[in-house]
Amino acid sequence: MRPFSYQRATAPDMAVQALSAAAAVNNSLTQATAQPLAGGTTLIDLMKLDVMRPAAIVDINPLAQGWSAIDPGGENLRLGALAKMSDVAAHEEIQRSYPVIANSLKLAASAQLRNMATLGGNVMQRTRCSYFRDVSYENCNKRNPGSGCAAMDGVNRMHAVLGTSDQCIATYPGDFAQALIALDATVELTGRSGTRSMPFSELHKAPGNTPDIETILQPGELISAFVVPGRWPRSVYLKARDRQSYEFALSSAAVALDVQDGTIKDARVALGGVATVPWRAREAEALLKGQKFDDGLAERAADAAFADARGRQHNSFKIALGKRVVARALQQAVTMEI
Amino acid sequence: MNAAAPEPKANMGQPVPRYDAAAKVTGRATYGSDMPMDNPAYAFLVTSAIARGRINGFDLDDARRVRGVIDIVTYENAPKLKEAKLFSNGGYAGTTIQPLKSTDIAHEGEIIAVVVAESYEAAREAANRVKVSYTAVAPSASFDSPGTTKAAAKGQNAQFKEDPQVGDFAKAFDEAEVKLTASYDTPTQHHNPMELFSTSCVWMGDDLVIYEPSQYVYGLKNGVAEQLGIDADKVRVVNPYVGGGFGSRGSMTPRTAIIAGIARRLNRPIKLVPTRDQGFTIATYRAETRHEIKLGASRDGRLVALRHEGAEVSSRADAYCVGGTKTTTRLYACPNVDSLVSIVRADRNTPGFMRSPPEVPYLFALESAMDELAVKLNMDPVELRRINDTTNEPIGGKPYTSRSLMACFDEAAKAFGWSERSAAPKSMSDGDWLIGYGCAATCYPTQMAPSAARVRLQRDGRTRVEIAGHEIGTGAYTVIAQTASERLGVPLEKVAVFIGDSDLPPAPVAGGSNSTASTCSAVMMVCDQIRQKLFKAVMPNESLTDKAKETVGLGQAPTTQAAKSDRPLDLEKAFDALGAGVVEEYGEWKPDGAPLDSFKAMHSGHARLVGGHQMKDKIAYAFGAEFVEVRVNRFTHEIRAPRLVGAFAAGRIMNPRTARSQLMGGLIWGMSSALLEATEIDERTARYVNDNFADYLVPVNADVGGVEVILLSEQDDHINPTGAKGLGELANVGTNAAICNAIYHATGQRIRKLPVRLENIEV
Ligand SMILES: Cc1cc2nc3c(=O)[nH]c(=O)nc-3n(C[C@H](O)[C@H](O)[C@H](O)COP(=O)(O)OP(=O)(O)OC[C@H]3O[C@@H](n4cnc5c(N)ncnc54)[C@H](O)[C@@H]3O)c2cc1C
Ligand code: SF4
Repeated sequence: MRPFSYQRATAPDMAVQALSAAAAVNNSLTQATAQPLAGGTTLIDLMKLDVMRPAAIVDINPLAQGWSAIDPGGENLRLGALAKMSDVAAHEEIQRSYPVIANSLKLAASAQLRNMATLGGNVMQRTRCSYFRDVSYENCNKRNPGSGCAAMDGVNRMHAVLGTSDQCIATYPGDFAQALIALDATVELTGRSGTRSMPFSELHKAPGNTPDIETILQPGELISAFVVPGRWPRSVYLKARDRQSYEFALSSAAVALDVQDGTIKDARVALGGVATVPWRAREAEALLKGQKFDDGLAERAADAAFADARGRQHNSFKIALGKRVVARALQQAVTMEI
Repeated sequence: MNAAAPEPKANMGQPVPRYDAAAKVTGRATYGSDMPMDNPAYAFLVTSAIARGRINGFDLDDARRVRGVIDIVTYENAPKLKEAKLFSNGGYAGTTIQPLKSTDIAHEGEIIAVVVAESYEAAREAANRVKVSYTAVAPSASFDSPGTTKAAAKGQNAQFKEDPQVGDFAKAFDEAEVKLTASYDTPTQHHNPMELFSTSCVWMGDDLVIYEPSQYVYGLKNGVAEQLGIDADKVRVVNPYVGGGFGSRGSMTPRTAIIAGIARRLNRPIKLVPTRDQGFTIATYRAETRHEIKLGASRDGRLVALRHEGAEVSSRADAYCVGGTKTTTRLYACPNVDSLVSIVRADRNTPGFMRSPPEVPYLFALESAMDELAVKLNMDPVELRRINDTTNEPIGGKPYTSRSLMACFDEAAKAFGWSERSAAPKSMSDGDWLIGYGCAATCYPTQMAPSAARVRLQRDGRTRVEIAGHEIGTGAYTVIAQTASERLGVPLEKVAVFIGDSDLPPAPVAGGSNSTASTCSAVMMVCDQIRQKLFKAVMPNESLTDKAKETVGLGQAPTTQAAKSDRPLDLEKAFDALGAGVVEEYGEWKPDGAPLDSFKAMHSGHARLVGGHQMKDKIAYAFGAEFVEVRVNRFTHEIRAPRLVGAFAAGRIMNPRTARSQLMGGLIWGMSSALLEATEIDERTARYVNDNFADYLVPVNADVGGVEVILLSEQDDHINPTGAKGLGELANVGTNAAICNAIYHATGQRIRKLPVRLENIEV
């Protein structure tokens, strides 16, 4: 850890200002000189590991009053960026109308972490790639642009099979983001020129040639809320992992269906643990829409979801696993009683 | 799992609560780095990012500029230390690789610099700012890497004297009616005890005090003295509590003498708390192993031929090996046995003891193979063990001092509900989950080592026991207190126990599960000396030795025929007759068959363990049987083990509560070892990749369902005065095979490589 300044932001524009003043030149999160602090469960961790070295920390927790709404009341569900994972997961109306959201949060991390961690911080969490998290490895394009990728031919069991590039194969590790992307959520950003909204699916950037740039957030910009349209009582989050709790997904599926008279009117499928960014499987959705459900259809949809997947030495199993997880999640969603 | 402490059966002590329970749960127990020190400086390690090659140089400017930095020690200015000899060659060290001696790098994570600063934070920041330039040479990571060398263990490891053999294996295997040949692999594992590998050194003039979690304070004291070139009397090691050891603290690591040397030079106490990931490379680990088992049997299941070949990885510098064939060649009746252990040298840190070092990998192989043989024979695996059960080990024909293996199988099978198993693989399920039942034998050698003790009894019954034993979480304080209380007949709450300090009478290494038997035998002996003294004072003309021995406690009437007429000894009267308020006795105990130099060695920090198969005319092991229920998800292939049941027999159970806790922890560890734990090695760089608690997987609460421990009554009068067999390393041995055997039953798939992860399942 290195010395840093600490400032509490008591109003959104104060936070924005403090962050803009010392922001990074490009959009690299690792290199940004100022960082907002929410629950701190990713940020402090990476600072101790010397991976993130911000000179300034801007604590946004005082904004919680305005930014921690859990509001399923209107046509849309509104979730404040500073809402705690545990509070959202335990919310009865979320459990009833958005099981995929509640379960993606409940099955994440540990109770202690969920009590600390916020939704905004959660979608912004960094990859768990061991080579990224250990600065003694020089070759990491995400941390050290242009240096190469140690994981490509190293230990890569946890790494991605979708959305990879020849620069980086790091998995986006979070669970909640798959629920957001599946449900067509929008993300609300607060920055120097006020607030703007955009599809959540545009927040994260695939690694391409610049794996160090992970989101489209502009310097000084903060996530203030997420908005989810509609209600999705027929939705499932299925997560396969090495242990029963406190563990990232090896493969997960966020599935939401609208089934009427045995026909799938609308289908949403997103994949976790297997892709470099929160991943929407639109090919699978296209196959499902308008069809009557059977196991064969689920398997074809799962195949479509992984049609472009490419495995490496230790993670090829994720392709077959991911397909079974998608198919099973679809079966569960179809048969769930609502 | 939350059941109250087990009721003692015959030949078991009372399940008294832990002596140190309150201190631990209230945080009053002080661990090494908790020890208050006057004006300490803080050290932070810089470790090597390459596994092989050399250091071209350091750029320390940036680091030196950090406010509060006092010193940065590298090979250029490190304190000069004497060579550390390996414990197996008569030394104290777990490795002969001595960091900070030259520019050479022998393994990744080797200590290459020590930053000392006014605060931990400053030391860490400066360490982060140290820049190193290396010339790297391609390293050999493990078994299959180019550049490794392989040779028989015999002849290079002083403690591995022979590859056990008997009869004519080749011929018997050739002619066997049923044959099995199978290969098994076990992974690299790290102990990861909760307490980090901290070291604090305080000099007072020429005297050095070391606070460090150690499983052998006498070994560490003598070893550090030797490296510093000072008299061992000048060094004291203190650690009243050790936050887990599992073998990782049994031998000296290089860090201690380095920190001591720097503290001497700076003339200031130094506190080092390395990070979790540094613990992977500055201490030892369980190396990966490979096995080939050949079993030949008759159709009715009798073993006629057994061969076990094992290979283990070690460092270039040291020929460490565990050689578990000493156990696997002796476990079952079999007239024709052959074995061979080899060591493969790679660019790694030297491995070392880790909970049941030989038995975990070697029994995984044998007990998996036994299950495979049972399948071939279409036989219940329990019955296969029964058919091959024996009273004498096959290699030398020596009798087991006691052996309750089949009693354990029967008890555990009953508790588990083994009879409800449908034997065909893939025949049991529950919704999404395939269910499998599996079992395996477990065993661990009974070992003892010379130990001393000092006991002081006061007129009011207050008792003080001093012995340089170790509380590594096992319950050492508790069983030592119980022993003194029982032997002297004083109430338990009047007994104070002092351990974990090398100024106390010497005790052996807390390793090989010898501690309870060794320390308690010494305490018993010294208590008897006190009793004799007191009896002699009140009854000067009697033949007192026998009487004292036959009396249960001072306060109780003697029970034997010869002493019936005696009344209980009145402590007050005895002390009056003695003319003293306190009796203090010191004594040194050694087990039967201990070498002649035992006591001398004990004082100089060399534990002369005897037991297991090395006893004259007998062989001593504790046994158990373990049954597990495994569930494999049809869709995700996730594997869970919701039910673990073990029955164990280990001679006298000194305290059923602490014993159960050890065995329960062992079962959970075994499950962890089978399903989760593996240190991943980057083949190109020979570096440990998942060297942290997020990525090195151990079970969380949700992974642990029912754990049932059954303690069997067993009496063994041929091992040591306490009648106890070590059980700390007993339970985690069999679980590995039991789980794989259950996975076979659930899925029909035989997995011969640990750990088993979901990608290994192909249903
Ligand atoms: C051992 C462990 C296991 C875990 N397991 C899981 C798991 O299974 N599934 C899972 O999904 N997650 C898991 N996590 C990750 C955890 O969920 C995240 O660390 C947490 O959600 C981050 O939230 P936070 O509020 O603590 O973020 P912080 O650490 O405070 O912030 C994270 C990042 O986001 C930035 N940031 C925070 N808030 C905002 C905002 N409003 N706008 C813009 N930027 C912001 C910060 O500057 C920082 O860069 C695990 C974490 C750990 C340590
Ligand atoms: S996968 Fe990405 S994060 Fe990991 S080492 Fe390669 S570049 Fe770095």
